[in-house]
Amino acid sequence: MLGYLLRRVLATIPVMAIVGLFVFSLLYIAPGDPAAVIAGDQASPEDIEKIRRSLGLDRPFVVRFGEWSLNVLRGDLGTSMFTGLPVTELIRQRLEPTLSLMLVTLVLAILVAVPMGVIAAWKAGSAIDRIFMALAVLGFSVPVFVVGYLLAYLFGLTFELLPVQGYTPIAAGLWPWLENLILPAIALGCVYIALIARITRAAMLEVLQQDYIRTARAKGLGQGGILFVHALKNAAVPIITVVGIGIALLIGGAVVTESVFAIPGLGRLTIDAILRRDYPVIQGIVLLFSFVYVLVNLLVDLIYTVVDPRIRY
Amino acid sequence: MDRRTVVKGLAATGLAAAAGPLARPATAQGVKVLKFVPQANLANFDPVWGTQYVVRNASQLVWDTLYGLDSKLQPKRQMVESEETTDDGLTWTFKLRDGLKFHDGEKVLAKDVVASITRWTNRDSMGLMLKAIQKELTAVDDRTVKWVLSKPYPKVTYALAKVGTPCCFIMPERLAKTDPFKQIDEYVGSGPMRFVRGDWKPGALAAFEKFKDYVPRNEPGEWWAGGKVMHVDRIEWVIMPDPATASAALQSGEIDWWETPVPDLVPVLKRNRNIKVDIADPLGNIGAFRLNHMHPPFNDVKARRAVQAALSQEDYMRAVVGSDTNLWKPIPSFFTPGTPLYSESGGEPLKGKRDYDLAKKLLAEAGYSGLPVTCLVAQDQAPLKAMGEITADLLKKIGMNVDFVATDWGTVGQRRASKSPPGQGGWGMFHTWHAGADCVNPASHIAVRASGDKAWFGWPDSPEVEKEVAAWYEAKSLEEEKAVIARLNKAAMDHVVFIPTGFYYGYQAWRSNIEGIANGPLPWFWGVKKA
Repeated sequence: MLGYLLRRVLATIPVMAIVGLFVFSLLYIAPGDPAAVIAGDQASPEDIEKIRRSLGLDRPFVVRFGEWSLNVLRGDLGTSMFTGLPVTELIRQRLEPTLSLMLVTLVLAILVAVPMGVIAAWKAGSAIDRIFMALAVLGFSVPVFVVGYLLAYLFGLTFELLPVQGYTPIAAGLWPWLENLILPAIALGCVYIALIARITRAAMLEVLQQDYIRTARAKGLGQGGILFVHALKNAAVPIITVVGIGIALLIGGAVVTESVFAIPGLGRLTIDAILRRDYPVIQGIVLLFSFVYVLVNLLVDLIYTVVDPRIRY
Repeated sequence: MDRRTVVKGLAATGLAAAAGPLARPATAQGVKVLKFVPQANLANFDPVWGTQYVVRNASQLVWDTLYGLDSKLQPKRQMVESEETTDDGLTWTFKLRDGLKFHDGEKVLAKDVVASITRWTNRDSMGLMLKAIQKELTAVDDRTVKWVLSKPYPKVTYALAKVGTPCCFIMPERLAKTDPFKQIDEYVGSGPMRFVRGDWKPGALAAFEKFKDYVPRNEPGEWWAGGKVMHVDRIEWVIMPDPATASAALQSGEIDWWETPVPDLVPVLKRNRNIKVDIADPLGNIGAFRLNHMHPPFNDVKARRAVQAALSQEDYMRAVVGSDTNLWKPIPSFFTPGTPLYSESGGEPLKGKRDYDLAKKLLAEAGYSGLPVTCLVAQDQAPLKAMGEITADLLKKIGMNVDFVATDWGTVGQRRASKSPPGQGGWGMFHTWHAGADCVNPASHIAVRASGDKAWFGWPDSPEVEKEVAAWYEAKSLEEEKAVIARLNKAAMDHVVFIPTGFYYGYQAWRSNIEGIANGPLPWFWGVKKA
């Protein structure tokens, strides 16, 4: 196991190197000029050129990439061209809201979707199964921002139960923190719930056909125990896989959700950085997200060994 | 008690029991916080280095100016107690008001003013003109600045007062000595509010707190002139990129003031009795059809006049602001309606019924070859997207081929600087708009300049226009300026420097418990009260 872990960690290095080269190159060739955005509409072409030089944007690709790579190896993701703040500082500021949103969405999605999928499989072919799967299709089909707007309109404006925007750090109190995350988590979680519910149902259907489930019934075990103890555990591997893959969905969905609910997270930071061509910030965030995704995949693989003792590396 | 408070109370009781030490601490009583949604993201905070309007709007809270414009666009003393000029107009002496302090407790001294003006003159168009004729800029004593010029410049106080960016904000000398092409790294000023650096999340939140040692002028506040009296303790700029979210937040009372509600959502806001809506800026905005004078087809004045003959400002304005006719008007001018220098001289091509036949005739005379017009259309800026769609239709109607490049504003910003032919990375036209405050005279109106290679994007070249611009700077009376502007407007229309697509207003909206919100080219926070 230790050897497997070490191999996976070492394999991260070339992956991150390729991601770094890819994102740096893409930004280099993409149209847009941060110097022009900084200088503003009133600036002369000479002013823009001076700003470009002061930012080092006139230097060759190899020089810029080499310098950036060396800095990354030292843990320095560079400085934002616009704010003048270190990229690590900007990421640190925005990390908590995004992680909070992802965590609440993940917990909500699992708590809702897994029982949905289990019940749908148990009652396969029945009205409840059809209703749950229709809801799942709806969850896939309706865009996150549409759900977000509807939730904000209903629960924020009409019933005045929850705030429509913003984020409160957890240090300010558990309820204030949660209050701001409920609607965004539901909006973001819809697709995730749909995905997990369908996979859970499919995996459960397969497991419920197995001999040991028939044995469990014959032994007189209660339905709850059969479903949630014996069957679900054996259906867990594909569910965990989907949860892990879904982290990528969450990261992408967080961008839209953070914009709709004005949550100051990494998603919004990414969009703002892209629109104004703040290269160091874009590069830093893409590297971070790539690293997180690699880590999540590793975690998922390790969890398999816990859930299914037959899996060993 | 509203439902949210009840739900909050019940949930808080339950969760407090579980959360224990994580329960919300009591908020400070009596602290008035004004929550404001600005027009754009406040990503940086150097008003000389970055000339975006949003940076200026925030900077006015933190930094003060020597002079400020009033609603009649006249410069009035602000930090200055008095000024003198010699009879020949070559020497200006400014005396600072007593008691001015920076937020770090240091006094505002003449040397700070000298350094700030020096930095500003390296970036601003009027500043560059002053720098070119400057013989001496010195601190005579702690409160007196002397500025000696080699030739008279009647508009010195206007230059120091204008709202067109970059503005001459007064910073501590140590900050003002920063290279004007690099950002400052400290935000200390002498304005009525302090910038709370620790709360700043670029792109999300900027906070300002009342500066207790600020001494406002003993006059009523009016735009950038007069006393800047703050009635709130803290101002939070909450960045909300999504207009529907901002609309919902204003309706629910989570924010107090929204600088630029989109026209589509204004009817919803107007129906809410807890919200007031009014025109934000009486100086409005002028839409612009910017043509590339360097390359075909618009390197030929007849091709430019062809578009001018067919262009309907009504079509553009309805596309930008909708069916509310209070929000727009046609303008056969490059200057802001309702201002002292406004002139329609030479504007006949934009008046009356549109003439497609004349347009086609002019195009034929220009020898239009069928080359597609590369239209750069920013899809992420609603007014520009709307104007771009009207343009594509207009050009096709007069027989031109169109290469419609749907992109984002960042790409337009880069590509419009290219002097290559349209087929090689260049462009034929793009849309933008200019704040009316920048179009009141040639000082900030870079778009009307026609200095060829040195002009703004599009590079119009008209010695006649430039002659009148120079004449305006030399003009010594309002009557003289009006005569010059009339000639300038005609020359620019004849040459088709660019084509104004119309004049339009934007709204601002605020909660009804907020008082004192004035109309102006930027949001004025002094005098604003929150009940």
